[in-house]
Amino acid sequence: MHEAAIAQGVLDLAIRTAMQNGGGRIQRIKLRLGEFRGVVREALDFSFEAIKRGTLADQAELEVETVKLRVSCSGCGECECSPRDYNFLCPTCGDPLQIIAGREMQLEYVDLE
Amino acid sequence: MCQVKVETNILEFNDDLAAHNRQHFRDQGLFVVNFMSAPGAGKTSVLEQTIRRMKNDYRIGVIEGDLMTTIDADRIAALGVPAHQITTGTICHLDARMVHNALHSFPVEGLDVLFIENVGNLVCPVEFDLGEDMRVMVYSTVEGAEKPKKYPMMFHESTAVLLNKVDLIPYAGVSLDELQRNVREVSPTTTIFPLSCRTGEGIDEWIAWLKTQIATRQRAEHHFPRAPLHTHTHAHAHTHVH
Ligand SMILES: [Zn+2]
Repeated sequence: MHEAAIAQGVLDLAIRTAMQNGGGRIQRIKLRLGEFRGVVREALDFSFEAIKRGTLADQAELEVETVKLRVSCSGCGECECSPRDYNFLCPTCGDPLQIIAGREMQLEYVDLE
Repeated sequence: MCQVKVETNILEFNDDLAAHNRQHFRDQGLFVVNFMSAPGAGKTSVLEQTIRRMKNDYRIGVIEGDLMTTIDADRIAALGVPAHQITTGTICHLDARMVHNALHSFPVEGLDVLFIENVGNLVCPVEFDLGEDMRVMVYSTVEGAEKPKKYPMMFHESTAVLLNKVDLIPYAGVSLDELQRNVREVSPTTTIFPLSCRTGEGIDEWIAWLKTQIATRQRAEHHFPRAPLHTHTHAHAHTHVH
């Protein structure tokens, strides 16, 4: 359940941002989460609901954008794709594929009252 | 209403502290290995075998992450190397703060190598940088061949995968080829060591490789010699407030 720690990270960052911008209540928090992260959405929502009570984010809505896993091959430059079955070997030349998207874990913005 | 752009990593609090730990380890000339695995894969057994073969040549310390018990830390301490237990309670992973706090009661000054045994869990530990030099995963053959595909991140993030309990392959219904292929697909650049803590097979190869990794690091940093042992304490290594 590392989602609890992630939710705490979200809340702390959001509140810090609100405080630095006049201390208004937080209405919405927007996250970008890569697919290649072991974050379970339900667990994250549950943790966030539990810890937001009594804070500036009491009424905040958590919006999550999932970023697809995408890879490219520096060997042959052929492949820019989503790997099948987590196979990180290039289907064209066999070189290791590099992750170019899908590991994000970012707080994008907060909407303040 | 106003929208404020943040664009900051959610685990920034952990990553900052991990960077701090890493700097501290560098200052000490300490090589740090973070061991991860599922429960029961044999992390502690691998550590015991590793320590037995290395303790005459390196000054070794161990940090044990455990939910409740001190069983693993006791096993390590029985080998005659200093061991410190972090009891995580309900938390299923170690984070940089826990390791940092441990350093205050567990002096690592004068050590060459620090092994950190993470909590047995294939998902959560991988998200938390501890400031280690290297992540090593222990994957036992009896867990089945599909583990790398089900939990790809930990395999992908590990510099080496120790394929433990190869002596049980005849009973596990898998082939060594299949196990290695699945690890290789998920993590093409990872070094794989098939081994058995029970028979000792493959342990020498793993130890030789680890020693090379440590030597490479030490050579790369030889122009930053470690502080003299008697003048350096953890408390004085910091200039900022914790
Ligand atoms: Zn290619």
